[in-house]
Formats: sequence, structure tokens, C-alpha cells
Amino acid sequence: MNFTYVCDISDLDLDVGAAALINGQQIALFKVANNRVFAISNWDPIGKANVLSRGIVGDLDGDFVVASPLYKQHFSLSTGKCLEEDVSVQVWQSKVESSKVFVAVE
Amino acid sequence: MSTTTLPIGAKPRIVVVGNGMVGHHYVEQLIEANAQDHYEILVFGEEKYIAYDRVHLSEYFTGATTEDLSLTTTGFYEQNDVQFYAGNKVAGIDAPTRTVTLENGNVVHYSALVLATGSYPFVPPIESHSTENTFVYRTFDDLDALKACAANSKVGTVVGGGLLGLEAANALKSLGLETHVVEFAPRLMPVQLDPVGGRTLKNMIEGLGVSVHVDTATQNIIAGETCFHRMNFTNGEHLETDLILYSAGIRPQDALARSAGLAVGARGGIVVNNFCQTSQENIYAIGECALWNERIFGLVAPGYTMAKVAADHLISKTGKKFEGADMSTKLKLLGCDVGSIGDAHQATPGATSFVYHNERKGEYRKIVVSEDGSKLLGAVLVGDNSYYDTLLQYYLNGIDLPKNPESLILPNTGDAPALGVDALPATASICSCHNVTKGDIAQAVANGACSVGDVKGMTKAATGCGGCAALLKKVVDNELLALGVEVSTDICEHFAYTRQELFHLIKVEEIKSFQDLLHSHGKGHGCDICKPTVGSILASVWNDYVLDASHVGLQDTNDRYLANMQKDGTYSVVPRIPGGEITPEGLIAIGEVAKRYKLYTKITGGQRIDLFGATLSDLPKIWGELIDAGFETGQAYGKSVRTVKSCVGSTWCRYGVNDSVGMAIRIEERYKGLRGPHKIKFAVSGCTRECAEAQSKDIGVIATEKGWNLYVCGNGGMKPRHANLFATDLSDEMLIKYIDRVLMFYVQTADRLQRTSVWMDNLEGGLEYLRDVVINNSLGLAEELELQMQHIVNTFQCEWKTTLNNPQALKKFRQFINTDAADDHVQFVEERGQIRPATEIEKSQLIATVS
Ligand code: SRM
Ligand SMILES: Cc1cc2nc3c(=O)[nH]c(=O)nc-3n(C[C@H](O)[C@H](O)[C@H](O)COP(=O)(O)OP(=O)(O)OC[C@H]3O[C@@H](n4cnc5c(N)ncnc54)[C@H](O)[C@@H]3O)c2cc1C
Ligand code: SF4
Ligand code: FES
Repeated sequence: MNFTYVCDISDLDLDVGAAALINGQQIALFKVANNRVFAISNWDPIGKANVLSRGIVGDLDGDFVVASPLYKQHFSLSTGKCLEEDVSVQVWQSKVESSKVFVAVE
Repeated sequence: MSTTTLPIGAKPRIVVVGNGMVGHHYVEQLIEANAQDHYEILVFGEEKYIAYDRVHLSEYFTGATTEDLSLTTTGFYEQNDVQFYAGNKVAGIDAPTRTVTLENGNVVHYSALVLATGSYPFVPPIESHSTENTFVYRTFDDLDALKACAANSKVGTVVGGGLLGLEAANALKSLGLETHVVEFAPRLMPVQLDPVGGRTLKNMIEGLGVSVHVDTATQNIIAGETCFHRMNFTNGEHLETDLILYSAGIRPQDALARSAGLAVGARGGIVVNNFCQTSQENIYAIGECALWNERIFGLVAPGYTMAKVAADHLISKTGKKFEGADMSTKLKLLGCDVGSIGDAHQATPGATSFVYHNERKGEYRKIVVSEDGSKLLGAVLVGDNSYYDTLLQYYLNGIDLPKNPESLILPNTGDAPALGVDALPATASICSCHNVTKGDIAQAVANGACSVGDVKGMTKAATGCGGCAALLKKVVDNELLALGVEVSTDICEHFAYTRQELFHLIKVEEIKSFQDLLHSHGKGHGCDICKPTVGSILASVWNDYVLDASHVGLQDTNDRYLANMQKDGTYSVVPRIPGGEITPEGLIAIGEVAKRYKLYTKITGGQRIDLFGATLSDLPKIWGELIDAGFETGQAYGKSVRTVKSCVGSTWCRYGVNDSVGMAIRIEERYKGLRGPHKIKFAVSGCTRECAEAQSKDIGVIATEKGWNLYVCGNGGMKPRHANLFATDLSDEMLIKYIDRVLMFYVQTADRLQRTSVWMDNLEGGLEYLRDVVINNSLGLAEELELQMQHIVNTFQCEWKTTLNNPQALKKFRQFINTDAADDHVQFVEERGQIRPATEIEKSQLIATVS
């Protein structure tokens, strides 16, 4: 697995997304409780724009989700699955080491 | 050519030919009965798309995409082990060996075969110089071809003035063509309408600028002089047209069945019995290709019933039969209501009719009543379909007619016996597309459905043509009420409170952040419902900076970046222009900023200027310049005070009785920045001519000789509501006092996303109660409401100014956290001298030329 450094954990706000560009790939990063970081695609397949990092983060039925800012569908941060429609977005592994955030993007 | 043969494996195999609306419905029935556990299911469709909603095909011209109109996804088929082959036409059937041959030569064995091949548009054999620029109207491909040609045409002609022909005419008109309809019969919609109904419709449609030629037969088509075609009519006249669209009826697609030697009708159609079996017992035919009792059904509802019957016969075997279907229809054609029920032509012996005809309004209604006057046999409606639902229920359920049946079609005399949903029997059909009765809906509600959405999911009602949606809602509400169900008012899974209760908790317990509220009164982490709601309440009560670290995650993207997100992820910028008054310097400054940042500019419906196409990282720079030029945020992004529209008023206008612009600016300056349950709009007019449209605003003010009249709780938008006159002839001071109180009372008590109009409609005691609270201070709240408003006024800040002075907040306006690159998916093209977002197709071309 090839992890790329993205930013420091303190660059991310709790429960607020941020976009990153890694190898030409737009990624939405989300820091939730206990410094857990999720990395999913920034591309909203329904709204067709790179905006998922700008949605509201929360949990539904115990799973962390982001609501697309365009048409409000929810995407699971752990699986990338859309809860309302039969689509999903890519997810990548991420890790936090010595306060630095890394994402594994090929 | 190498071909393969696909023999049957361990499970018997069902092969479905045709993946149109009915073919797909059949597959859904199989899945519902778990047939995939015992059968292999293969579907072949000639079109390259998975099943789509042909009934709403025309929406393809008004913005719907192929995906929007899809009835399902390949994923859904895959999940349920249905093998789907798009773009695969079945070329032949060999019944003795139980095989079908595909166009590509492959041979597939079947145990049971289902033909759902639909129909094809009939093109009359008219002698013509060319088949170019002639079209039909049935598939996405047809519409793509039509659109391409229309782009270079001026005149379009539809041959055929039936249901579909008029729908196609509407499409031509919306594509900007001079539109003609040529109908062979002496009237439009000859099947559904009687002569007077047809004439009324013709007048209305001509009034809309579509030329209608009835009683007109085409002799031949030759090359035109001013257009591509010239149509010569048998009456000696002719018509020049660039394109011709044939909509002269449909013919069942029975070619496969014929070649396989299955029985077909004299005028086409695959003969089926009550179980939809053809003359071969293991071959079924359903939908528009099937001929039952010498009849073809050209509507989707009967096709769906056939799909159910055929699936039942093969899988569940409960003995369901197809027993014919009701062909009543209601439509909006070119904006004209048309409805036809049952025996519209009064063919039943002994039947009598009642007619209402208003030529001036273009309304025509007829009911056909049984000899003894007790039952409704049929009806024709033109011009106003609000009578349709009730008439259809009388017809379908054989309900006894009232003593004066004519009252059912007379205009609002007040004594028409409205047929409440209570009066409908349990067997009453509510949704004919999916055959859902009132009893089915009651059952769904009894099983726990507590909203229209739930009932739709459980019964599929209102998911076909959609014509029954209004009736469905009434029935669901009625059933819920009957069960005494209390619909949960919790705002979401994280808080078991209403918005009003949360407001109270935040205020009384002086809670200042979402985290505190969650710890003391909620659970989990929150979501996109409770976060913005609480964010808005915190702002209404404490008015802290919304981008504070503890609030920023609560904001919808618009509030989070203090701008409105557009479809491509860029933002729009709206500076406040109080009362719509702006200096030339202001205009120039805005123009210069727009030019510098290459923004699209437009005058909004709220009397200000919107600048579109700003990237996230440009927003602070743009606002820096606007603020330097003296502007403030317009908060077009928030659930907050928007604009105060004004007319020019007594300063200039010869009729004005007071300074409406001055008052509008005073109001806007006072309430700007106030966040509420939803957006809040105002207007001030200088006299009763009402040029500022104050009566359509949340707060409307109209000048009188003696002061101001105050109107409250109006709404434009989706469901317009005229504002109520709240108080008259107020002084400036009283006007402001009352507005303070009304608005703050709304902010404290409304539901989330409830405009003042809906709030008022749900307020127990209504307008009188609100007057009591605000004018007579019946709750003793007046002072508190005013103080709360004064707090908001005193703590106003221009959020953009604060942001520009806050390096921490500014850091968030970067496209990417790790680079200064731009989003390369954001692309613009020019139109009418300004930018606009590129379409997906344009984007792919732009990216291709760059790389
Ligand atoms: C820009 C503007 C259209 C224009 O080019 O003229 C506009 C644009 C939007 N309107 Fe509007 N409305 C605009 C005037 C209006 C008006 C006219 C008016 O205010 O006099 C109305 C009807 C009056 C009313 O609200 O009662 C109007 C009724 C709506 C509604 C329906 C509200 C309702 O209660 O039914 C929505 C949807 C909503 O708010 O849920 C909406 C929502 C929107 C949204 C926010 C839709 C969205 O989510 O993207 C649009 C984004 C604004 C943007 O990107 O800047 N807009 N919208 C107008 C901005 C006025 C301004 O200066 O702030
Ligand atoms: C513009 C328009 C508006 C309409 N409005 C209404 C309305 O308001 N209300 C209403 O009830 N109905 C309406 N209809 C009619 C409704 O769409 C049809 O009744 C319904 O689609 C019939 O479904 P079907 O599956 O029998 O046929 P179709 O939907 O036509 O599907 C048949 C499918 O089979 C495929 N096929 C044919 N032969 C083969 C073969 N040999 N191999 C493989 N595939 C094959 C075809 O390509 C097609 O995709 C409208 C139709 C149109 C075109
Ligand atoms: S509302 Fe009256 S004062 Fe205002 S512009 Fe119209 S006519 Fe003039
Ligand atoms: S009647 Fe067509 S969806 Fe219900």
C-alpha cells in the first residue's frame, strides 16, 4: 500500500470536510471524533461536480455519512455507498501517524 | 460469423423479449415472487437503454436525462440475478425446439418465453419525395434525431391529432418551431372526445399559437419552396414545413410472433387468453403487443396488469385473470386540461347526457348517465380537469349519483357534493397504474406506513403515470387520521424534540454550541437535518459569527462559504442592495469586479445583482473588493432575511402617497442578518397599485394616505399565498414594532424550513391569534420579542467583513488543502457575451482539445 502525505491532522476541523488533490485524484477528507480520518472521492456522481467535501458530516444508524451539498443524498464515509440511490463513490485507506494524515491512492 | 447456443442449465429458464415499461414490470413481478431462486431469467432489449419511462418521454425535452427517466438500473438486475442484454434484438422464435435466435446469430433455449415487444408508430403510406426530415415519437433515439433536425428548422408539422400527436406538437413548440397539426378526422382526439369537446380543444390550442388543420388528408409530399417539404392536401391546399412528425397511431409489434406462427389478430396483435398465454401455452404476450378479446390496450396501466397476471400464472399460480381495463385518461396537452372517462361517445343504449359549455372560458364538460339516472357511464372534460378525480371514482366504483348529477360538472356553485375520500369504498381504485385500492392503502398504513412516501414504497401507488398523487395523499392522510396515528415530530434520530422545543432549550438553558446541546439533550453525532437547524437557532438567539470553529460544521455549504453553490460547484455572489436602490458608482464597482473575475452577471428577482461562477478560492478576493467599494453581504445564501423589494414611491411616482424606498431601506437595514427557520422576504409599495408586490411577501407594507398597511405571511414560490392584512394605517414606529414582534414570534415557533405562509396556515387560531399575541399582547411576550429583535439588530456584523479579518476562517477558502490547483472539472463556455457552465458534452470536448 502506497500512502501519500496530505496534511497535518490539525489542518482538518472536526466534523468538517476538506478536499485534497493527490495524483490528479480529487479526494474528500473528513476528520471525525478521536482523530479518525476518512477519505472518499470528492466527486458527487448524482450532482456531477466535485463537492462532497463541502457537505455536512454526521451519522445515520451508527454509520458516518456526508450529505451532498447539491441534492442532499448521503454517502457512507466507510463504504462510499449512497444511502438513497444505487450508486457509490470510491473510498481510500487513510491513516494518521505522528499527527500527519496519509491516504493510499494508487 | 461465430454463433453460440445457450442451452438450459440446472434451472428452467424464462426469456423476456423487450425491456420496455411492461417487460420491466414483468421482471419486477418475478423478483418480487423470488422467481430467480427457481428460474434463470434472461431479458433481451432492442434499445440500447435499460427500461425507461416512456409515459414521461417528453420530459426529455424539458431537462430530464436518460438516467432520470430510467425505471431501474443494471445494478438492480444484477443483484437479483437477472441477465440483461441491451441492444440485442430477438430475430426469430422456433417454438418446436423452444429457442429464440438473436440478431447476432446466437441461439438461446427457453422454458417459458414472454413477448413484451410493445408497438411501433404507424407511418401512413403517403407518396413522398424524401424520407429525410421525417420522424416518429417513441424512443430516446427518436427524440435525439428530432431535436437535431429541429435545431435547423423553422416549421414543424405533426400528422395526427390524437393524444400523442398533441404531446408531440407541444414538443415541437417547445423546441421553438412554428407548429402545425394535421388531422384526418373532423376533430382532435377523435377517440376520446365528442365533437364539441374536440372543437373546444382546437380553439384553445390555436389560441396558444399552434395551427390545427382538421378534416385534412395528405395527398402527397413534394420538395418545398420555402421549406424542405411541401404537403399537398386533398382539399387542394398545401403546407410548407421543414420537418414532419408522424403520430398516426400505433401498431402492435407482432412480427416475431407472426414468423413463429403464433395466432395474431386480423388487424395485428398477438392473440392472448385471460392468462396472457398465446396460442403456444409456454409463450406469453403482454403489453401493447398483446391482443385480448380483440382489443389492444395502448396505455401503461393495463400492460402492468397483464405483467402481473402472466407472472402469477407462471410462478405463484393464484389464478389471477386479465379482465380488460379502464381506458380513462386525463392529460395536460399544451397546457390545456383534457379528460375522457368510459363511454365518452354515449354509445350505451338509453344513456342520457348533461353538458356544460362555456365558450368564453374554453371549458366543456359532459357526463353520460345510465338510463335510470343512477350511474355514471362516461365523461368528457376540456379546459378544467379538477372535476376528473371525483367523476372517475363515481364511474369506477359504481357509486350512486346525486339527485342532480349536473352539479358534478357545474362551476363552483358551492353545492356540488364533493366526494370525500371517506365516502369511497375499500375497493375503490386509487392508482390504476399499479392497481392499488383504497383498501390496499389502509392496509399499508395499518402495517406501519406513516407517510405518502412509505405508502408509495409499499404499494407503488403514484409511481406510474403519477396522475393519482393528489388523491393518494388525501387517502393516506385520511387513514392516518382514522387510526389516530401521531406522526413523529422529532426532528431527526439525534434529537427527540421539535424545532420549537430545541429553540426553547437553547434559550432557557443558555446553550451556546451544538456539542453542548448534543451532550445534554441528544445522541450520536448529528446529521444534515439537526445541524443546520441548531446552527440557525443559535444564530437567531445569540447571533454569533457563523464560521466560528464550533459552528462551521453546522452550516449548509452556502452558509459555510457565505455564497450560493451552483450546479458545477462554483458559487454566486450577491451583495446587499437595500431596497433595490443603487448609485451609478455602485453599479460600476460591481461591473468592474465582475469583469476582473470573469463572472456572469444577472439582475435577480429580488432587485439586486447576482455574480455567478466564482471559485472557492476567488470568493475572499471578490468580497474584499466589494467591501472596499462599500458593499455588504446580501446573505442570499442563508435561511435569513433576503431582500426588501420596493417601488419608486412618492419621491418620483405621480401616484405615490409615501416614501416606499426610504421605508424599504429602513426595514432592510434593521432586519438584515436575521436568521430564521426559512428565508424571509419583504416589500414596500408606495400606494395601492402595489408595484412592489408586497402582498406576496412574508412581510408586506403598502403606503396609505394615513400611514402604512401591514400584510403578513405571503409567499410567492412553489405555493403562492396572498398575505393577510394584519393592521392598517400604522405610523412608522408602530409598523416597526409590529414587524419585530411578528417576525420574532415566527422565528421562535415555526418548524424547520417552514416559511411564514405555511406557519400561518398551521397556526392554531390563525390570523386572529397572531393579532392577539402581537397587538393585544395576550401572551405577555411583546417586550421579550422586541428585546430579542433588538439584540439581533445590535449584534449585526457583515459576515464577509468578519471573515476577511479572520486568517483562520480564510484558510478554508481553498479548493484543495494540499495544493493551489483548480478543479479542472469546472469549465465555462460563452453564451450571449458571458460565461456559463459547460455541459457535460462540452466539457468532454474542451478537455479533449486541451489534452
Ligand atoms: C437568484 C434568484 C433568481 C434570479 O436570478 O432572479 C434566485 C435563486 C435561487 N432561489 Fe429563489 N431566487 C431569487 C428570487 C426568488 C423569488 C422572487 C422574490 O424574492 O421576489 C422567489 C419567490 C418569492 C418567495 O420566495 O416567496 C423565489 C423563490 C424560491 C423558492 C421557493 C420558496 C417557497 O417558499 O416556495 C426556493 C426554494 C426554497 O427556498 O426552498 C428558491 C431557491 C433559490 C435557490 C437558492 C435554489 C438553489 O438552492 O440553488 C437559488 C440560488 C440563488 C443563487 O445561487 O444565488 N427560490 N426566489 C433570485 C435571488 C433574489 C435575491 O436577490 O436574493
Ligand atoms: C410520448 C408518449 C406518451 C405516452 N403517454 C402515456 C400516458 O400518459 N399514459 C399511458 O398510460 N400511456 C402513455 N403512453 C403509452 C405507454 O408508454 C405504453 O403503453 C407503454 O410503454 C407500453 O409498454 P410496453 O412494454 O408494452 O411497450 P414499450 O414500452 O414500447 O416496450 C417495448 C420494448 O420492446 C423492444 N422490442 C421490440 N421488439 C423487440 C425484439 N424483437 N427484440 C428485443 N426487443 C424488442 C422495443 O425496442 C421496446 O423497448 C405514452 C407513449 C408515448 C410514446
Ligand atoms: S406602487 Fe404606487 S407609488 Fe409605487 S410605483 Fe406603483 S403606482 Fe407608483
Ligand atoms: S394512476 Fe398512474 S401512478 Fe397511480
